[in-house]
Amino acid sequence: MFDSLTNRLNAAFERLTRRGALSEADVTEGLREVRVALLEADVALSVVKDFVAQVKEKAIGAEVLRSVTPGQQIIKLVHDHLVEMLGEDESEFELAVEPPAVILMAGLQGSGKTTTSAKLALRLLRQRKSRCLLASLDTRRPAAMEQLAVLGKQAGIDVLPIVAGQNAIAIAKRAHETARLEGYDVVILDTAGRLHVDEELMDEVAAVHAATRPAETLLVADALTGQDAVNVARQFKARLPVTGIVLTRIDGDGRGGAALSMRAVTGCPIKLIGVGEKLDALEAFHPAGIASRILGMGDIVSLVEKAQATVDHKEAERLAAKVQKGAFDLDDLAKQIQQMKKMGGMDGLMGLLPGVGKVKKQLAAAKVDDSMLARQLAIIQSMTKAERRNPKVLNGSRRRRIASGSGTTIQEVNRLLKQFQQMSDMVKKVGKMGMKGMLRGLPAGALPPGFPRGGLS
Amino acid sequence: MSQSAEKAGRKSGFFARLKAGLAKTAQGLSDSIGAIITGRTLDRAMLDQLEEALISADLGLATAEELVEALAKQKLGREVSDEEVRGALAGEIARILLPVARPLALDPANKPHVILVAGVNGTGKTTTIGKLAHQMRAEGRSVMLVAGDTFRAAAVEQLKIWGQRADCAVIARAETGADAAGLAFDAFAEAKAKGTEVLIIDTAGRLQNKAHLMDELKKIDRVLKKLDPSAPHTRLLVLDATTGQNAHNQVEVFKEAVKIDGLVMTKLDGTAKGGVVVALAKRFGLPIVAIGVGEAIDDLRPFEAEAFSRALLGLS
Ligand SMILES: Nc1nc2c(ncn2[C@@H]2O[C@H](COP(=O)(O)OP(=O)(O)OP(=O)(O)O)[C@@H](O)[C@H]2O)c(=O)[nH]1
Ligand SMILES: Nc1nc2c(ncn2[C@@H]2O[C@H](COP(=O)(O)OP(=O)(O)OP(=O)(O)O)[C@@H](O)[C@H]2O)c(=O)[nH]1
Ligand SMILES: [Mg+2]
Ligand SMILES: [Mg+2]
Repeated sequence: MFDSLTNRLNAAFERLTRRGALSEADVTEGLREVRVALLEADVALSVVKDFVAQVKEKAIGAEVLRSVTPGQQIIKLVHDHLVEMLGEDESEFELAVEPPAVILMAGLQGSGKTTTSAKLALRLLRQRKSRCLLASLDTRRPAAMEQLAVLGKQAGIDVLPIVAGQNAIAIAKRAHETARLEGYDVVILDTAGRLHVDEELMDEVAAVHAATRPAETLLVADALTGQDAVNVARQFKARLPVTGIVLTRIDGDGRGGAALSMRAVTGCPIKLIGVGEKLDALEAFHPAGIASRILGMGDIVSLVEKAQATVDHKEAERLAAKVQKGAFDLDDLAKQIQQMKKMGGMDGLMGLLPGVGKVKKQLAAAKVDDSMLARQLAIIQSMTKAERRNPKVLNGSRRRRIASGSGTTIQEVNRLLKQFQQMSDMVKKVGKMGMKGMLRGLPAGALPPGFPRGGLS
Repeated sequence: MSQSAEKAGRKSGFFARLKAGLAKTAQGLSDSIGAIITGRTLDRAMLDQLEEALISADLGLATAEELVEALAKQKLGREVSDEEVRGALAGEIARILLPVARPLALDPANKPHVILVAGVNGTGKTTTIGKLAHQMRAEGRSVMLVAGDTFRAAAVEQLKIWGQRADCAVIARAETGADAAGLAFDAFAEAKAKGTEVLIIDTAGRLQNKAHLMDELKKIDRVLKKLDPSAPHTRLLVLDATTGQNAHNQVEVFKEAVKIDGLVMTKLDGTAKGGVVVALAKRFGLPIVAIGVGEAIDDLRPFEAEAFSRALLGLS
């Protein structure tokens, strides 16, 4: 539904062929589109206004480089300013206090506090070898304490035993005391969700803060938040000395304008982002990535990082060697598909790419999605070892057996084998053409999404 | 919300209660519009500002523009008062919302009437199910809940507690990661055998851009049809009022996956304006069957277009 800013700006500037410095009229025209883009990305209106005014000041009179269009030039200015406003890369945690360092998690209902508490404990354990104690101060939501207990168990992190009838402040003190006596480095306090306008509960969390003097007080907020983000952030900040923000559900397809809104009104760094429901889905915040996303340009930085983190390089080399020898088999294809899934599946990857709208539509038309990946994998896994090595033996009855074994249709099996055939033909030519040339030569649809492309692996 | 405020709310009836819930919401919007319109001639600059006020209520750009254009048609160049402008805008909004203000309809011919509840993570599905079950029990219906969120930690426990509160049975499987579709099927069969009137199925939170999770939801929808081709009879999508323009994608994709029959908007007791429902109503026309105005069991209200629109603009 949303046009990318790049498209909008290019359209707005189509008439402008003139080069030289950006005039005030050019800039005003371009910034109208920027305002629209930011609003559509859920950046709060007051923040949009300030932002546009600041960019305007920077842009008027700026030289238009020979190699770019005025639209691209404004995008660059906007992007750079956005990155600047979003703040530092990967702000670290201030835990260098006399242990145990307390981390207080607060935020609206359902924002992701409990999940993030467990993720954070795991992250601190893995990255800093910190021994964490988790404690739930949520005496209100049904099964909130059990939820944290289960998550702690999954993560292998200790959770403060539940004592019925204690209030939040009493639990906080007990957690702090237990952590001190038992030599924990960090104690993470998960609190009940609360509205920033709920006086009673805001008093409660302020009292918890006063009683435990946290080293870090994190506001956990949903990246899908709309215009209300400024009210939430401002009022939590007014009642609590918030030291950082965690944005959850960045794995959604929201444009993440709340990041800018919250950062702008609190001045607090965004310290971490939640990128999934699993306990390792917590990552450092990169302003450039979120800036691109807010502007609808895709998150190239994150894509590259993700590819680096998940692609198994040894495996990639082994595959390259096989390709060189023209000995690419169905086992290799299965590995490629698995790799693809590990990187977040089609959706995970597509969400990060620029210009996704169009590609997504093409993929949807070709019915390329995660369920297709899963089905293809199931098909390969339903083959015998010998069949995977040498698909030529796959006659009609074998294909039928595979289709029923994998819960797919014979057409799907045929399609996969046809794709594989096309791929192995290409692979044989690879020696002559090189990898990149080969990929370019592939017919549309012949390449399964997991196949390595020049730039990615 | 404090106990006393809750009691006061209950005593003074729906409108006062809704207004109380939306008061903080409305304050911001009415302040900004009040500041904009101060009994002058309505001109373009003022219309632009009005448009921005609507945008900051999460109505979204297109809808805000449209509303302001409608206002311009009536009043551009005329002397206008603050009241008048707000009244006209509220009227326009109510006109859009009226057709979608439709409560949940249970068909007694369905035995049971199956309700599938879906939505993005943390929007309030489980809580809303507890509240709905409570309402239906109060109407004297037999209700069974299904703990179809077999993924999230303690999701089953949470629903069981709501089941106790609402006094109805909860069907669940002990092991996490159990097949939600299989569970829903078994529960449906059990409810049929017992003659239960309403079966409400909770599902795990899922972001709409995760195709494999959407497939899982489709599967739940599909298996229920094996027992009754018309089931599930109502598929509800639970939206969080704090969500901004992403609500569009949520409705679009969930609707595509399982043909959503109605929306519930939760957390309208905060300052979030929930204005996106206006745009959603125009675009999809899906009924808004209820709104959530708190965490307590009776904090579920019918969605009333007139009251919502007027409260949104700070009018009584
Ligand atoms: N996709 C996704 N889901 C998340 C993320 N973080 C949390 N969740 C999910 O969001 C839902 C709510 O998370 P919780 O941790 O229970 O939220 P909370 O803030 O503790 O909620 P309350 O205690 O009720 O206020 C759960 O379904 C989580 O699995 C994230 O980064 N991505
Ligand atoms: N203030 C307020 N809080 C609500 C409302 N509805 C739900 N909540 C709270 O929001 C949080 C999440 O609610 P849940 O019912 O667990 O949400 P869910 O959609 O089932 O979450 P997942 O199953 O994790 O996806 C809880 O803390 C609820 O108490 C409401 O209308 N107003
Ligand atoms: Mg919690
Ligand atoms: Mg739930």
